[in-house]
Amino acid sequence: MLAFLLRRIVVAIPTVILISIFVFGLQKLLPGDPILAMAGEERDPEVIEFLREKYRMNDPVPVQYLAWVKGALTGDLGISLRTNQPVTELIGQKLPVTIQLAVMALIFALVIGIPAGILSAVKKGTVTDYIANVVALSGLSIPNFWLGIMLILLVAVNWQLLPASGYVPPGEDLWLSIKTMLMPAFVLGTALAATLMRHTRSAMLGVLKSDYVRTARAKGLAERRVILKHAFRNALTPIVTLTALLFGELIAGAVLTEQIFTIPGFGKLVVDAVFNRDYAVVQGIVLVTALGFIVMNILADAAYFVLNPRLRKQ
Amino acid sequence: MMAQPATPATLDPQTVVADDPVLSARPENRVWKKFRAHKSAMLGGVLVGFFVLVAVFAPILPIPDPTATDWGAVRKAPSAAHWLGTDEIGRDVLARLIWGARASLMAGVVSVGIAVAFGVPLGILAGYFGGWTDGIISRCTEALLAVPFLILAIALAAFLGPSLTNAMIAIGLSATPVFVRLTRGQVISVKAEDYVEGAHAIGLSTPKILSRYIFPNILPPVLVQATLTIATAIIAEASLSFLGLGQQPPAPSWGSMLNTAKNFLAQAPWMAMWPGIAIFLVVLGFNLLGDGLRDALDPREH
Repeated sequence: MLAFLLRRIVVAIPTVILISIFVFGLQKLLPGDPILAMAGEERDPEVIEFLREKYRMNDPVPVQYLAWVKGALTGDLGISLRTNQPVTELIGQKLPVTIQLAVMALIFALVIGIPAGILSAVKKGTVTDYIANVVALSGLSIPNFWLGIMLILLVAVNWQLLPASGYVPPGEDLWLSIKTMLMPAFVLGTALAATLMRHTRSAMLGVLKSDYVRTARAKGLAERRVILKHAFRNALTPIVTLTALLFGELIAGAVLTEQIFTIPGFGKLVVDAVFNRDYAVVQGIVLVTALGFIVMNILADAAYFVLNPRLRKQ
Repeated sequence: MMAQPATPATLDPQTVVADDPVLSARPENRVWKKFRAHKSAMLGGVLVGFFVLVAVFAPILPIPDPTATDWGAVRKAPSAAHWLGTDEIGRDVLARLIWGARASLMAGVVSVGIAVAFGVPLGILAGYFGGWTDGIISRCTEALLAVPFLILAIALAAFLGPSLTNAMIAIGLSATPVFVRLTRGQVISVKAEDYVEGAHAIGLSTPKILSRYIFPNILPPVLVQATLTIATAIIAEASLSFLGLGQQPPAPSWGSMLNTAKNFLAQAPWMAMWPGIAIFLVVLGFNLLGDGLRDALDPREH
């Protein structure tokens, strides 16, 4: 297990290096001279020279890159132009908010997606299956920011059941925190539920045809037991991988969801950074999400070992 | 490993159609028949067709100018004069919706065009030549795939500057890795087929083998993926425009219409309703079409 994990980490290294080159390269896409933009309207030559030195603009590009990587490795991703805070600190502040949103959304997605997928696979070809598929496809086709807007209109404006926007830290008032996050989490969760349902369905359909499920049935086991213990347990492996892959969708979806519900998280940070031309923050966020994605993938591979005893022997 | 049954080479009209009149009629007919029998795919086709027609004929439809403001008719509910109501500066919502279809469809098609134009050749190179070519291309693809699609598109759009063109480039580049990976996998499985071995044996040149034997056979899955990616790209464009990184005002786009509408939810809910329904229907159309194409083109599903 440990050897396997180490190998996976080693394999990920070139990917991480490429991502860092790409993220660093982003700033080279900027039209014009960023230093001139930073120097303000007076364009004092001394200020410009100071900034050039500070941001190492006088060095050749590979030297700039290495300096940037050295910083990144020690947790220094630069300073936000807007708030003058270190980028790492900013991300660290906003991340817990998004993690709360993501975890709640994932709970919605799992609770809706997996049972719906199992049900539609077991009842393949029936009205239940048909309805589940139509709902899933609609879920994939509805832009989640629009769903959010419609829910605000209905639940917050018309019915006044839940707050329309904002954020309350769980440490302050746990119940209010969950209540405020309920609608955003639902919006973000439904999109993932649709994907999860479709994959659960196809994984279950594959497993239900297998010999061991037939054997389990032949042994006279209760259908419920056959489906949950024998079939679902085996269908779980692809579902776990997919859930890890959903991490990307979750973060991307959070950007829009946080924007609609004005939640001060990671996604709001990236959008604000984009509009404030706070490029170091944008770079930091791309880097952190990519690393997060790679870590999630390695964790998913590790989960294989736990779920599938056959792999452990190899 | 079991060889995946590839789509028959007969899908290429140039190679077989010319010399075999009986064979020629079959594959296309079979695909078309399966597609027509697929009710949801036909529904998808109708939805997509409808929006394409609306977008194409927008200039000659009897609708008001989508950018013409009317301060006497600000945020008016749907009426005979304005079927879907007016927005916060008195512009006709229906007219903006119809012109917005142009931005959305164009964004979908152009960005997927970019992704296919870069992704498919790179995938063919990686899959066919293998070795270090494959190594470099595949590692780069994996690195790009690690960045969530929308985050990558937002970052690119941010650095390139906000405009519809840049949004399309950003979405196209973000969608490229998917096509590289798909094409690479397809090429690797097609490369092992007997007819490609045969083509090698009779001494055909690499470009000929690629264009006559490999390319036609990897086309169906690429087509399916492209259709489904158009759906994703349309949502992505709407998302970027919603965030203010796509189509710039006053030009109409569904995403930016929603962005404004969210500020007037209580007073003018119709402003938020229609652009969302439009996005939903056109995206649903492309998703249904893609699913139907996959079923119709998949030779394993007989």
